[in-house]
Amino acid sequence: MSMLSHGIVRTLLESDRGGRIFLLILAAVALAIPVANLVIPESSSLHLSAYTVTLLGKYLCYALLAVALDLIWGYCGILSLGHGAFFALGGYAMGMYLMRQIGDRGVYGHPELPDFMVFLNWQELPWYWYGFDQFWFALLMIALAPGLLAFVFGWFAFRSRVTGVYLSIITQALTFALMLAFFRNDMGFGGNNGLTDFKDILGFNLQSDTTRVALFLLSALALALGYLVSRYIVNSKLGRVVVAVRDAESRARFIGYRVEHYKLWVFVFSAVLAGIAGALYVPQVGIINPSEFSPLNSIELVVCVAVGGRGTLYGAVLGAVLVNYAKTWFTTEFPEVWLFALGGLFVLVTILMPQGIVGLFARLRGRAAARKSAESGAGEAT
Amino acid sequence: MSDGQDPMNAEGMAHTPPEGGVDTSHGPILYLENVSVSFDGFKALNELTLYVDDGELRCIIGPNGAGKTTMMDVITGKTRPDAGTVFFGQTLDLARLSEHEIASAGIWRKFQKPTIFLAHTVFENLELAMQADKGVWASLRACLSAEQRDRIDEVLALIGLIGQRGLRAQSLSHGQKQWLEIGMLLMQNPRLLLVDEPVAGMTHQEMDRTAELLTSLAGRHSVVVVEHDMDFVRSIARKVTVLHEGSVLAEGSMDQVQSDPRVIEVYLGA
Repeated sequence: MSMLSHGIVRTLLESDRGGRIFLLILAAVALAIPVANLVIPESSSLHLSAYTVTLLGKYLCYALLAVALDLIWGYCGILSLGHGAFFALGGYAMGMYLMRQIGDRGVYGHPELPDFMVFLNWQELPWYWYGFDQFWFALLMIALAPGLLAFVFGWFAFRSRVTGVYLSIITQALTFALMLAFFRNDMGFGGNNGLTDFKDILGFNLQSDTTRVALFLLSALALALGYLVSRYIVNSKLGRVVVAVRDAESRARFIGYRVEHYKLWVFVFSAVLAGIAGALYVPQVGIINPSEFSPLNSIELVVCVAVGGRGTLYGAVLGAVLVNYAKTWFTTEFPEVWLFALGGLFVLVTILMPQGIVGLFARLRGRAAARKSAESGAGEAT
Repeated sequence: MSDGQDPMNAEGMAHTPPEGGVDTSHGPILYLENVSVSFDGFKALNELTLYVDDGELRCIIGPNGAGKTTMMDVITGKTRPDAGTVFFGQTLDLARLSEHEIASAGIWRKFQKPTIFLAHTVFENLELAMQADKGVWASLRACLSAEQRDRIDEVLALIGLIGQRGLRAQSLSHGQKQWLEIGMLLMQNPRLLLVDEPVAGMTHQEMDRTAELLTSLAGRHSVVVVEHDMDFVRSIARKVTVLHEGSVLAEGSMDQVQSDPRVIEVYLGA
């Protein structure tokens, strides 16, 4: 079994140099971080604080979300400006499980109801909270909630052949509508405070260093697997059909492909991947609230993928890490400047680097190779 | 032919054409009889009657507005005739079939402007066009069989792009793009191929290659070419039909047609 999967991974990465580099770095980071946090003593300058571990774990979740967006935008040509919604839904599913885990340790000490429900004078748990005390059920919902929303949304949008800017605007409206809905207290998701005060996950204390390192490692694993599965998809004939749809939709339809089925499939897969990223994000940051549905988050995500370079998958990872690192830096040093920096970055990348950082490297490499061959050609001529 | 094709997987193919394919026992594969189409009172086709034999290579010429494009539209189901009958073989009434049903019955049209998948290689373009299960899950697991590879190689040889198989389609010349698109249509095993102005914008060498290609297709496929370029038509045609004001003005060999006084009048203007 492991031999087989090893072979599959090897063929997947055969012509994916960027992917090999990315996975190597990811593996190195996944090995180094636990050591730096758990083994190296706090007195050493090499010790990594739990805060940093969690921050890096967050970046990995964003990276997985960016891979999900790249799949639908870079390969299928559908610019989703609402992918944060799927991320948030996965996050809420995980948050609901974590809320139920609190049990009677809440401020009000109610054996079953989360604090915010007691505060609202609710007498019993709403039906849609049933089952979330079970981890397997929460896992199911992490995939099902974003997947189902993407399916219903995509079914109508792609069938009626809504494309381009119109589709982007509708996705933006979708996430905005969800944000407004989740802000309402009577929705039963904690209103604008969202879900927080989590205690433990599967019995492990969320505040402990080992749990945080474990969540970090799980995020790294999810990112690696998500990357490999996405690579498998884009390398398959399905991936080629999807790119064909991006480049010449009517032609693809003409030669017999049901374009809307392909779009829907990739859209749903991408949404599930985004949901998984959100579910890993929530226990690390310790809160999920409606601001995760904010259109701005989805736009930030698009900037990440554009900066890294779309249509490469590893470019999305690179962009997500760089942009979010920049965001961390700006929001601590110059919080009021961040949005201007983000906007400026998007304009600059669109004008100067349409293929992002990855494209820039590819161009430089191509130029160097051309110079080399020109030199050797001149050498042979003399 | 892919017999195992899931009828739900290709748009509109849920209604497969009548079994047994196209009945050409009487010779012609395409029958247009007294076909009329008018748009807002303008008669684009006026009692047009035309037969194309199975395996024939036919050229259609005519001045602008003669009805060439409308005729193609009627055959492929894009436009419905106001009057007259359009039959594919003895049994298939094209006026009753949808565009997709007509395509799955074996009539494929090549439009003037090449529409190919620019980001894909030549080989991948043909792979995508190949007759296969075109459902999503099938595509996810699809793996080319030896026969399928042979079929692609065969078409690559036919369209003269063996050497360019690994090249991205966007780096092909205009002529090569046109051949690639013809190749993509050939992957569908068409019975009747409609080709709209294939040599517009081509160099002379490319025109010669195109003439060779189309001539080599005749026999195995029936081909109808609509073209303006007289030299090109002369170089490939066995039989030429001249359309004028929506009906057939003359039909015969290129020499016969060119010496016909009515044709001269239409083309040189009275």
